[in-house]
Amino acid sequence: MASPAKMKPNQESPANLELFYRQMVQIRAFETRCNTAYRTGKAGGYLHVYIGMEATAVGWLNSLRLGWDYVITAYRDHAQPLIMGSDPVKIMAEIMGRKDGYSQGKGGSMHLYDIKRGFFGGWGIVGGHTPLGAGLAFGSKYKGEDRVTLNFLGDGAANAGVFFETLNMAALWDLPCIFIIENNEFAMGTRLEYHAADTELAKRGYPFGIKHERLDGMDVLQVRQDAQRIIDWVRVNQKPYVVEIMNYRFAGHGAADNDRQLYRTKEEEDEAQKRDPIARMENFLRGNNLMTEEKMEAIRDEYDVWADDVMEKADASPHPDPSEVYDNVYTDMMPEAGH
Amino acid sequence: MPTVEMTYREALRACIIEEMDANESVFVMGEDIGRYQGTFRVTQGLFDKYGPKRIIDTPIVEPGFTGIAIGAAMTGLRPIVEMMTMSFSILALDQIINHAAKIHYMTGGQAKVPLVVRGPGGAANQLSAQHSHSMEGWYAHTPGLKVVAPATAEDAYGMLRTAIHDDNPVIFTENPGLYSVKGSIELDNGYAVPFGKARVAKEGSDISLIAYSRMVHVCEKAAEELETLGISAEVIDVRSLLPLDTETIFASVAKTHRAVVVYEDWKSGSFGAEIAARIGEECFDELDAPIGRVGGLNVPMPYSRVLELECIPNENDVIAAVQKLA
Repeated sequence: MASPAKMKPNQESPANLELFYRQMVQIRAFETRCNTAYRTGKAGGYLHVYIGMEATAVGWLNSLRLGWDYVITAYRDHAQPLIMGSDPVKIMAEIMGRKDGYSQGKGGSMHLYDIKRGFFGGWGIVGGHTPLGAGLAFGSKYKGEDRVTLNFLGDGAANAGVFFETLNMAALWDLPCIFIIENNEFAMGTRLEYHAADTELAKRGYPFGIKHERLDGMDVLQVRQDAQRIIDWVRVNQKPYVVEIMNYRFAGHGAADNDRQLYRTKEEEDEAQKRDPIARMENFLRGNNLMTEEKMEAIRDEYDVWADDVMEKADASPHPDPSEVYDNVYTDMMPEAGH
Repeated sequence: MPTVEMTYREALRACIIEEMDANESVFVMGEDIGRYQGTFRVTQGLFDKYGPKRIIDTPIVEPGFTGIAIGAAMTGLRPIVEMMTMSFSILALDQIINHAAKIHYMTGGQAKVPLVVRGPGGAANQLSAQHSHSMEGWYAHTPGLKVVAPATAEDAYGMLRTAIHDDNPVIFTENPGLYSVKGSIELDNGYAVPFGKARVAKEGSDISLIAYSRMVHVCEKAAEELETLGISAEVIDVRSLLPLDTETIFASVAKTHRAVVVYEDWKSGSFGAEIAARIGEECFDELDAPIGRVGGLNVPMPYSRVLELECIPNENDVIAAVQKLA
């Protein structure tokens, strides 16, 4: 388990501090509604929330050039488009399988995309998207652009063969891709030390000569500093980077994971809660007289109302018409019809 | 425009060169395609002409480089991935079937994957069990992919152009036995063969032989011999499996009232079985005999040339199947 990093002196503007706090609260409120949607039968399938991991996405995505850089991740993918400026109602509508979702109900929780904003999903096969992310970086490099690709994956995916293949080629071809291993210490229900022979996953970069670091993911200000430093380096040097971010999944693996005690104790969870990125940020804001208790509470209330509103609007979206089932199998033709 | 006699292999190369010259977004990646000039020499000379940026030698990792090509395609590039043999594409099935084929659908049309995966499929000469797969049936089973299998140099040239211009992932399967087949190619004129159009390779009136890739040539030879036996066989070169031109196939069956589907892939559960099923569903009233099938033996490909030849359909197998229906 990672030890919490020391709080660095603040380098952020008051506006940014408020933004980061707001975004973390926003993600948690949104994800809480996603769980509700699942429990009430409004979302189906597999659904994975980001609760506990908010600082990672907020710190990294605020360090990008949004609308220019590329982001790709696995199936825990609600937070990234929220921060990248995607329409929350369209995200929630997709999670509910509705017509107004980003993929008109064809993707769902695990397959969110907002390509215009540089968000490339949203993938369900562990490790399977990691070469796609390297391919995005390959594309931008081929065209002579200075985009950076953030390629998020979990600690479970860090064992996948295709990930090792991808790291090799990313280094061989100097692809401007940051592999961000979000180490939340569990590959689904299997603890890190039961699935990885070497639990220091940042070392995945070592055999390929890729710069690599293990970093804290629970202190948003620390994450943000590290992220900006690494993104700037990759943009200038046009080479890959491996980052292992130590965070923790307060929620279960997926919404259907209703017995976390199978793989971790209540005591461990209580201990992890002490690293809660939102509570930590509140302590920081409070301790440095940067935000009043009342304002923090008002922000939390604001996003509670907001999330209810998002859910209500998404729920108002119709289900897709059965006739749409053949749309977008191909760009230019229909598949063979009928049962 | 010059019409040049060239082989299937050279026709593929000529098309790649014309497309790379026309569009900077087109590049080729694969194992030993550059400095080594390609295992079957399709990419011979391209590395010297275009350099390492556009002719990319990869490590021997089909899932990884196929995935990178898919990602690159999502940014608007038009990668041509060479599989040293389609047998190796089995490693990349997750990338091809569970990623490339579904991206346009899962994104609700937001992303396109203009990717070509090409290479030799089927048996060569004593390559034995792990290098002799016919993979086209696996791919043609998958919505979201297009799958073609040209039999002639002209179609290789014209269909590769269509594949490169296509905004969907295309599986372009060749056959080791076809690379030296010759044809007349009209160069530099944008000649393209659309997908979803079968070709009547030989007209006939008594029976339809329906095949693709190298088996078209086997059927043509069988048809010649059947002619001497007084049977007029029509040979349909399907050439595009997905989309499938059922119209041409059904029209032929309506004319001859008999059909034999011929393919090199394992007989059971193959795309040839799908063609037979479609004929059965749609042309039952036209048929004067059961639909015949000639496929590869349902065994792993053996090494011994004697045993290997036993597995691969030949003219005699086709003639025997025809005579059974007479």
